[in-house]
Amino acid sequence: MPKVNRRLKKALPLFLLTPAASAATPVNTSGIAIGFFLLFVCTTLGITWWAARRTLTTRDFYAAGGNITGFQNGLAIAGDFMSAASFLGVSGLIFGFGFDGLIYAVGGLAGWPMVLFLLSERLKNLGKYTFADAVSLRLAATPIRCLAASGSLVAVVLYLIGQMVGAGKLIEVLFGLHYSIAVGAVGALMIVYVCFGGMIATTWVQIIKAVLLLSGATLVTFLVLQRFGFSFEALFRAAIAEHPRQDAIMAPGALVHDPLSVISLATATMFGTAGLPHILMRFFTVPNAREARRSVFFASAFIGYFYLLTFIIGFGAIALVAGKPDFLDAAGKLIGGDNMAAIHLARAAGGELLLGFMSAVCFATILAVVSGLTLSGASAISHDLYANVFRPGASEQEVVKVSRIATIVLGLVSVSLALLFESQNVAYMVLLAFAVGASVNFPLLFLAMYWSRLTTTGALTGGVAGLLTAVGFIVLGPTVWVEVLGHAAPIVPYKYPALFAMAVSFTGSIVVSLLDRSPRAARERAAFRHLYIRSQTGLGSEGATPH
Amino acid sequence: MEDTYRRIDADPEFHALSKRRSRLSWALTAVVAFSFYLWIFVIAFKPAWFAQTLGPDTVLTVGIAGGLGVIVLAVTLTGIYIWQANQHFDAQNRKIVAHAQSEPQT
Repeated sequence: MPKVNRRLKKALPLFLLTPAASAATPVNTSGIAIGFFLLFVCTTLGITWWAARRTLTTRDFYAAGGNITGFQNGLAIAGDFMSAASFLGVSGLIFGFGFDGLIYAVGGLAGWPMVLFLLSERLKNLGKYTFADAVSLRLAATPIRCLAASGSLVAVVLYLIGQMVGAGKLIEVLFGLHYSIAVGAVGALMIVYVCFGGMIATTWVQIIKAVLLLSGATLVTFLVLQRFGFSFEALFRAAIAEHPRQDAIMAPGALVHDPLSVISLATATMFGTAGLPHILMRFFTVPNAREARRSVFFASAFIGYFYLLTFIIGFGAIALVAGKPDFLDAAGKLIGGDNMAAIHLARAAGGELLLGFMSAVCFATILAVVSGLTLSGASAISHDLYANVFRPGASEQEVVKVSRIATIVLGLVSVSLALLFESQNVAYMVLLAFAVGASVNFPLLFLAMYWSRLTTTGALTGGVAGLLTAVGFIVLGPTVWVEVLGHAAPIVPYKYPALFAMAVSFTGSIVVSLLDRSPRAARERAAFRHLYIRSQTGLGSEGATPH
Repeated sequence: MEDTYRRIDADPEFHALSKRRSRLSWALTAVVAFSFYLWIFVIAFKPAWFAQTLGPDTVLTVGIAGGLGVIVLAVTLTGIYIWQANQHFDAQNRKIVAHAQSEPQT
């Protein structure tokens, strides 16, 4: 059983970083990383100061005035997606298991074309600041906004706690900073960026970080390939020779064995993306559907490139880091755990300078991702709930003020929870965040835009049923029932609830909508034509601020 | 505004464009979803297929080549969609909207 549990913990890189050592010797004690990091903080604080003077209206705060270009937004979306967890986690997984790490990389990318072909343009044409705008157009605004805002908040808060706990541990290992100081610093900086700079600062922080991460990873990859005379064959052969599993690293089967788990995991990685509110929100920062479409193209190109680099870095780490006493602790394990594989490789390939740079980039990555999450949580509270449900007549200034308060509250809550859960395994929270994205937000958004017969009652039933299924599967499954509550065997044997919760959510929405014979349902169905024309043509949608 | 919507709805050009656009979107979605799930189903049910190497003098396996292939395919298809949409759809859409907005009130 312990062997299985270790595997389960390792199978979470997209969702969470769980460095093995908690108070181990830091990987990096030189001042280079700190120097690079301070440079990043100063630059981004400067940008926040600049952005704060341009953040006056709700449109500025939530959507950067609608003035971000498709290319910039593509970088920012890629930045939201390329978290420290997906860089260090996926490369660490490839380092540990070879082939199976690729499932996360391919799944993470495969969701993007679908977002482009089916969602991005329609979403931009229908929505204003959040995806709840688009789904509540035709349905009863109050209950649907409450559902969409709950779906967003649950996903954001759980994901945020997961990122914060992972960040605290990672920074502890990287810089030797105490966990609570690390979490506090991340929380404080994130509040400053979002509270003062809104979407403008959050977008630019994300763009800078994306450029840094892509250049750093490119450099590491280049140096690794140079060692092998730019021959992939030579790299793979060296990796096979070093790895204890030998040529099994080139084939599937090390990590996930049960077919249904593989499929459910693949589904979570593919559809979870399309339901994460901080990513959906990015489509409203561009002026029109054309730029929304271009953003996804650039985003998928950058993410695809990023995963190719991560793949090479994972194999490079096997070839150059595994089995080198410099990088191992007394027990013969990688210092800081498998998630540190990419960081150690940076040192092996480029010395102390590259090590410092990559460590700082990882810290910056964490900051950028938690800022994006906090902003989307604050929008769900201030725009969806406050301005549209509780105080429909609220003025712009009032709503911006509420957004800032919501940012501070969310920041404090996530720091407190991260401190509370320091020594706990919070993997289930992040799994749940993705499952909620795939099973509440995505079906709601998809059906509202594509299926004329969807009604409010149907959407609510499906959404709540999907949420309950996701929570139920997580609580009764291996992650909480066995690992957190300490029972011997899980009641539900599946670790990834997305496939099941998504099926429940879609079925619930469709069946109840078809049975709904109320006059409201008839009106909602009749209103679909109007919404359809708007989603196709962009007529009546929110454009950029006129110049 | 309502008139404009009604005119667009009555415009056969609009329906033709919507149909072309959605046919392309769904076709490309089907290709990506099919190739991704094909790769996943082989991992789930027939992992041994993916353990074979591409040739006698390489260690590169079918599975790794397939996975990297799915990534490249996904990015290429987004490129094709963008190219189509930029070349044709946007202009046609603008024409339809302008036409509906310019028609005299009836």
